[in-house]
Amino acid sequence: MQKNYLEISQVGIEFPTEGEPFRALQNVNLSIQQGEFISLIGHSGCGKSTVLNIIAGLYQATEGGIILEGREVDEPGPDRAVVFQNHALLPWLTVYQNVELAVKCVFRKTKTKAEIREWIEHNLSLVHMDHAMHKRPGEISGGMKQRVGIARCLAMQPKVLLMDEPFGALDALTRAHLQDSLMEIQNRLGNTVVMITHDVDEAVLLSDRIVMMTNGPAASIGEVLDINLPRPRDRLSLAEDPEFNAYRQQVLRFLYEKQKNPASKPKPAAPVTAQSVSDSGSASEAA
Amino acid sequence: MSTATITSKIAKLQSLITVANLISGLEKMVKTAVLPLTGIVMFLFLWQVTASNIVTSLGQFPGPGDVWTQSKTLIEEHHAERDKADAFYARQEVRNAKKLAKNPDAKVKIRPYTGKATYFDQIFTSLYTVAFGFLIATLVAIPLGIVCGLSERVYRAVNPIIQTFKPVSPLAWLPLVTMVVSALYVSDDPYFEKAFLTSAFTVALCCLWPTVVNTIVGVASIDRDLIDVSRVLRLSWPVYIKTIVIPSATPLIFTGLRLSLATGWMVLIAAEMLAQNPGLGKFIWDEFQNGSSSSLGRIMVAVITIGIIGFILDRLMLALQKRVSWDKQAIFR
Ligand SMILES: Nc1ncnc2c1ncn2[C@@H]1O[C@H](COP(=O)(O)OP(=O)(O)OP(=O)(O)O)[C@@H](O)[C@H]1O
Ligand SMILES: [Mg+2]
Repeated sequence: MQKNYLEISQVGIEFPTEGEPFRALQNVNLSIQQGEFISLIGHSGCGKSTVLNIIAGLYQATEGGIILEGREVDEPGPDRAVVFQNHALLPWLTVYQNVELAVKCVFRKTKTKAEIREWIEHNLSLVHMDHAMHKRPGEISGGMKQRVGIARCLAMQPKVLLMDEPFGALDALTRAHLQDSLMEIQNRLGNTVVMITHDVDEAVLLSDRIVMMTNGPAASIGEVLDINLPRPRDRLSLAEDPEFNAYRQQVLRFLYEKQKNPASKPKPAAPVTAQSVSDSGSASEAA
Repeated sequence: MSTATITSKIAKLQSLITVANLISGLEKMVKTAVLPLTGIVMFLFLWQVTASNIVTSLGQFPGPGDVWTQSKTLIEEHHAERDKADAFYARQEVRNAKKLAKNPDAKVKIRPYTGKATYFDQIFTSLYTVAFGFLIATLVAIPLGIVCGLSERVYRAVNPIIQTFKPVSPLAWLPLVTMVVSALYVSDDPYFEKAFLTSAFTVALCCLWPTVVNTIVGVASIDRDLIDVSRVLRLSWPVYIKTIVIPSATPLIFTGLRLSLATGWMVLIAAEMLAQNPGLGKFIWDEFQNGSSSSLGRIMVAVITIGIIGFILDRLMLALQKRVSWDKQAIFR
């Protein structure tokens, strides 16, 4: 496995506003290995989506930059597929056509027509949506739309899969179901994933590492927590696992003690790089 | 409770349900047929009362009855004219046949009939002209709107021009268009008549703007998420426009097209009147100049015809929108 597959180094961003520019992020450093599952967690408005959008290339960092496989990222591209919070499917295309649009962008030159069709169907069956291939997004449920959004990204075979609260808008049951599918798919395909979440259980269950962000403005990475739970993980047995609960406690403590709600006055935390956290012994050992 | 009372209760319930069904059916009928009919009848009554109180130099203002008589006359005139034309062609054929019988090598030709244009000819001319003008306008307006909607810079550059020309009345354009057409469209064997082109271009110039403005708004308000999707996929411009821009702007483009067509239809009548171009507008003008006792009635027939055709044109656009719309559940008005 390649170390430093995706490198976020010294990233900061300022948004222009009426008055002074608003500094959303400062000194964000993180290196991610190939095949790793990373969760970004932090209070609302701290800058998680901004980090993700910078990795995607949709936002341009004011300073610092993103390096993916040794190349700098400066524009969006299909090698960094994004699962949007609100699925972002084209409502006038069927489920199949939505995935087809993405597949054709990536594989138009390398796959034959028949292969493309097979590949689309294969990816839709990965998320168990092959039965509704020819429906429009308006005719399927929210959970199904989100699954199609995931299939669209998987079908692009991206180097990195970026997910912005992919399950945020779903009910608990659907969410659990999709988390399981995502874990299974990621185990099988070994995708590199960066996922934003508000849900502590979800973060612990799915991630190899949880990246906890400090409150903005000028937000940065507060702590990084290694999750050394064996895979495949089973939500039922983990629910009573003391190790699992210890991880949960740590994340909760970070969110509700060290980084209180941004409504109360935020105290700027010293920026900590991912590397320095792992060097000084992973947070899990400290627990 | 005995079985008998239960049965009678069920029977009562059933009759209640039938009554309820009847009532809901009645309600539907009232909504779809009775209310519009009531409106029309009341309007006709008011019209009759008002008309009988207005006397002009050309006689009584026409009421519904006069209009009915005049429309029948117009239809009769149309048939009479057509019969004349048929007779004319029949005579020619007989003559030609005779000529050929005498001398098989003789050159024969059929001369076209040049009778007076009937009311229905005028309607057809108007429809044809408005369709042509509207088509030109659409072909210019939609691409222009898309470009302005996509690029903030182009929009800033073009917007003052759009805003300046948008409120210009067709009557102001007409002299210019007439002169330009006569100057530029010189050909020995013109495919289009000059009058036709003048009317059509005037229509196009005036009905361009609603489509342009609505297309710009439609294109500029594409969902941000979809734009991000297109950036992640690195869609090429043609694919982006075809799969994302046009589908999301379609509802507003159609709003614009419907406004444009309505504007075009209104403009056309005015242009035909002023420029003496053939069509319904000219019909009205000629009747006005005639000043016979039946003129006002005939003009009123034209007014109603114009209204009904405008209404039908709008419904046609709506039907087209329904056909091309991806969202079959959407409510169209
Ligand atoms: N385009 C923008 N222009 C100006 N300010 C922005 C812009 N995008 C984000 N911000 C600001 O940057 C900060 C971080 O926003 P961001 O959307 O990344 O938060 P988040 O952590 O994703 O929040 P949430 O969990 O609620 O989605 C916020 O204070 C927000 O107001
Ligand atoms: Mg967000």
